[in-house]
Parts: sequence; C-alpha cells; structure tokens
Amino acid sequence: MARRLAPEVNAGSMADIAFLLLIFFLVSTTIETDYGISRRLPPPPEELETDMRIKEKNLFRVELNQVNELFVEKKPLQLKDLKAAAIAFLDNGGGEKSNHCSYCKGAKDPKSSDNPSRAVISLINSRETNYDAYIAVQNELVGAYAELRDREALRMYNMSFKQMKDFLKDANYSGDKTKLKKQMEEIRSMYPEKLSEAEPVMVKL
Amino acid sequence: MSIFKKKQKTELPAISTASLPDIVFMLLFFFMVATVMRNDTLVVKNELPYADQIEKLDRKNMVLHIYAGKPSSRYKNVGTEARIQLNDKFADINEIKPFVLEEIKSKPEELRPYLTTALKVDKDTKMGLVGDVKKELRAVNMLRVNYVTKIGEATNNLK
Repeated sequence: MARRLAPEVNAGSMADIAFLLLIFFLVSTTIETDYGISRRLPPPPEELETDMRIKEKNLFRVELNQVNELFVEKKPLQLKDLKAAAIAFLDNGGGEKSNHCSYCKGAKDPKSSDNPSRAVISLINSRETNYDAYIAVQNELVGAYAELRDREALRMYNMSFKQMKDFLKDANYSGDKTKLKKQMEEIRSMYPEKLSEAEPVMVKL
Repeated sequence: MSIFKKKQKTELPAISTASLPDIVFMLLFFFMVATVMRNDTLVVKNELPYADQIEKLDRKNMVLHIYAGKPSSRYKNVGTEARIQLNDKFADINEIKPFVLEEIKSKPEELRPYLTTALKVDKDTKMGLVGDVKKELRAVNMLRVNYVTKIGEATNNLK
C-alpha cells in the first residue's frame, strides 16, 4: 500500500483574512489621547465664602481679551514671559513677621505678594477668547506652580515634585508611601494652587 | 540562431507573495496593541490644543467625556456654531446636568469622588461655550476636570 501524503493546505487566502482584520481594527479603533491639564473647579457659587478679602498686592491679574491678547496687571505681556512673571509674583515673599516666607527666593518687593500661601492668581477671560489661548495660559500658570514645587521638593527631599507624583503611582516603589504623601502635602501647602477663575466676561459694546 | 530562440522562451519568475500575510499580520498586531476601541463617534471637529503641564488620566472607567467644537464636515446641516457632544450626538447646555448625574449614579458610591470629566474641546472653540459647560459642572458638584490636550509646547497654540 502506497503511503499517502497529507495534502498541503492552501495558504493563499491568509493575506485576505489578515487584511480584513486589519481594516476592521483601523476603522473601529483610535489612538488614545488621555493626557491633559488636571484642574479643580471652584465649588458652586452658593457654597463660596463671599467675605474673602484679598489685598491688591496679593492679587495677580491675568486677563485674556476677545482677540486673545494677554494682559498681566493691565499691561500687555508675551505668553513666553508669563511663567517667569507668575513665578516672580508667587515667590516674592515680601511679607514681614507672621507673613514671612523663609523659603522664598524672590525679590522681596513690598509692592508684590506677601507669601505664596496668600498669593492669588486671578484668570479672567472673555466669552470670545479662543480655547487654545486659554489652555496656553492655564498651562503656563500651572507650570509656574510646578516649577516652584519642584524646586522646593528638590531642596528638601532630593527629588522633584513630579518624581514624587510618579513614585506615588508606581506600584513597585520601594519607599514608604504614607511618608511620601505627607511630604507632598507639605510641598503643596508651601505653594498652594490658588488660581481663581471668574465667569467669562461679556464683551463691552 | 537556436541560442536566441531559447532565450525568448524563458519567462520571468513569479514574485512570491508567501510573505504577504506575515507583513499584514505585523501591521495588524501593531494596530491592535497601539490603539483602543472607539467609545464615541465624533460628530464635532476635535483638534486638541497643545500643553506640556499634563497628567495622565488614569482609571479609564471613571472618566466621562464631554466633547465640544464645530460640527464636523459630515454634519454641515447642523450649522457652523460650536456645539457640545454627549455620547454620540449633539447636545444642548441644559442636557449636561442630567448626563453627569446619570453617570455619577451608575458608579459605585465609594468610587464617586474619583470621577473625572475629560473636556475634549476643539482649539477654535470660544471660551463662552466652555465657560457654560464649566458652570453646569459646578452646579452638579462635578469639580474634577481634565482639559485633554496634545503633548507639545503651549506656544504652539498661538501660531
């Protein structure tokens, strides 16, 4: 009896099948974009304390008008200079006695902010402002806080604030996480993010 | 002469397509790994602005998406005014509250504080619309927001 060989499987249509699957995945999926600027909105208006008084010098006014021009303290400013201006304001530390800021490295100008914990940045935009300009400004202001926090974290704990955040999320982190959390809380309280956003103002006609 | 005649008869060998499936499979695996399933079909233009002070949105099931922008080219009949998109369709400002409340209700109670709103807003949108969305979110105490952006220098936005 002659031995029969198993017939060869025709693989010619394999490419077609693979193409079909490929096209299905191309159509039904997207490349994910899940990075963004995390912010916390202020609580609803009725829960806000209204009797809060802020000294003029502790307020840093950032305004975006309807044609996307940036004004800081009523003077026009380029976007690339905004971060430096915000850092100079937050880190000024011009306060005396109880308001004294021991870790500030700013100019100690008595006309600018007393203490980072009192310094408030107010961002006002018009209803006609473009979203991308708004995001650019938000980005620079958040960046100013991040830079100051990084500096202090590096000085006190030898790692940047960003690293601390990454460690906190990292499941394989070898150090003590509760201690890390406490340290982060401390850094946060040194430079609290006080970024107030008013309702968009209507264009004055 | 016989030498020349012989040459004319030889044909070009067929190009082997045996490796074609391998190439296609390679592409297929790349797309399977690098992409995620679409959960919403976009009906608005959605070109995100750039930023570099960004954080990753983790806990993917604890994120609710709100899109905004001009209607995309297929939906020209809706007009050119920027609109909000919830789930798969256009929505009005006053539909945000019920949408958010429903999402909150569908999550287990102990996880509700971690719920985040991802705002995917087209870069040409006016802040008036975004402000209205934020006002609605504040009204239902949904305070954690994330402005989803592309990774890049913020100055790219103003070009």
